[in-house]
Amino acid sequence: MDGIHDLGGRQGFGRVERDETTFHEDWERRVFGLALTAREANTDAFRHAIERSAPERYLADGYFGRWLGAIERLAREADPSVRATSPDALRAIERSPIFSAGAAVRVRDLFTVGHTRLPGYVRGRSGTIARVHPAFVFPDTNAHGRGENPQHVYAVRFEASKLFGDTADPASAVHVDLFEDYLEAAS
Amino acid sequence: MSDPALRVEALEALLRERGLVSSETIDAVIQHYEHDVGPLNGARVVVRAWTDPAFRTRLLEDGTAAIAELGFGGPQGEHMVVVPNEPGIHNVVVCTLCSCYPWPVLGLPPAWYKSPEYRARVVREPRQVLDELGLSLEPGVEIRVWDSSAEIRYLVLPERPAGTESLDAEQLIELVSRDSMIGVAHAEPPK
Repeated sequence: MDGIHDLGGRQGFGRVERDETTFHEDWERRVFGLALTAREANTDAFRHAIERSAPERYLADGYFGRWLGAIERLAREADPSVRATSPDALRAIERSPIFSAGAAVRVRDLFTVGHTRLPGYVRGRSGTIARVHPAFVFPDTNAHGRGENPQHVYAVRFEASKLFGDTADPASAVHVDLFEDYLEAAS
Repeated sequence: MSDPALRVEALEALLRERGLVSSETIDAVIQHYEHDVGPLNGARVVVRAWTDPAFRTRLLEDGTAAIAELGFGGPQGEHMVVVPNEPGIHNVVVCTLCSCYPWPVLGLPPAWYKSPEYRARVVREPRQVLDELGLSLEPGVEIRVWDSSAEIRYLVLPERPAGTESLDAEQLIELVSRDSMIGVAHAEPPK
């Protein structure tokens, strides 16, 4: 979903304030502890529960406030189809990766309803495979109880100018880890 | 919506009732992440890479395995990739979609790393964000931003400061800040 959480490249935000705090208040510690111990849902469903905050709440609640809202939401829903089955998302698969390092790829024009780990700022953009990672559980299906659908992940390098045009820093590049289903070969 | 502290109490009570957790388990997890893991772990990895070329090679080939040699691993560090800074190339890490961070080597992230400002801006205007955070790079230096949007976690291997040949490992560790391993600072020579 193109939610408020998908912050990469959005404009209008000010300076990064050097707040070094991990927990501002004690309840934030408890939320962290609860998230690691008592959350029944898998990581993808947890992330999606965070993303389902109303946009104004997402920004106002702060990091652990969002976690709190997500654990409450998951506890209410108690959906058995997204129950965590394994602490780790790595999966051994027989299929070989489709793309190899150096290959030119394009991010497909996907407008996903629900959870995705495809940041909007790279959708439709062209890049190059920088690294081939192992296969992992596919968040877009796993978050919704539609199966693990494990597949390879790639670090795709995008030249900044391909993402942000002539306003971009000419000497920078962004690498984004993208699942195989998000990509197609670039002609 | 009521006070978050009250909501957390109610939620914890509910989850205890469902038999999902005990207060002691929560306490133990908080204690572990607040006190037992932190950027000193990452600094040990960096210094080993600075002082042991064979380790550096292994670290860049398979970050997870090399970091495990030093005894570090676990949640949010199961799949580590280490990206080395070099003359003319500077790496910096972000997670634009949430705030993923390599806990076993850096501990829990500071508030600024999780802020909308950092997440939104560092992919679009990295040089300016780094400058605001106190790291001025020459215009020709290539900035590689790593958006950890899947389950791979990134650690920046900062360059060893010049003039530190005579320092031993314990002295070198003090030069490796958390920020230098996120990529918003250099490892600095001793003052």
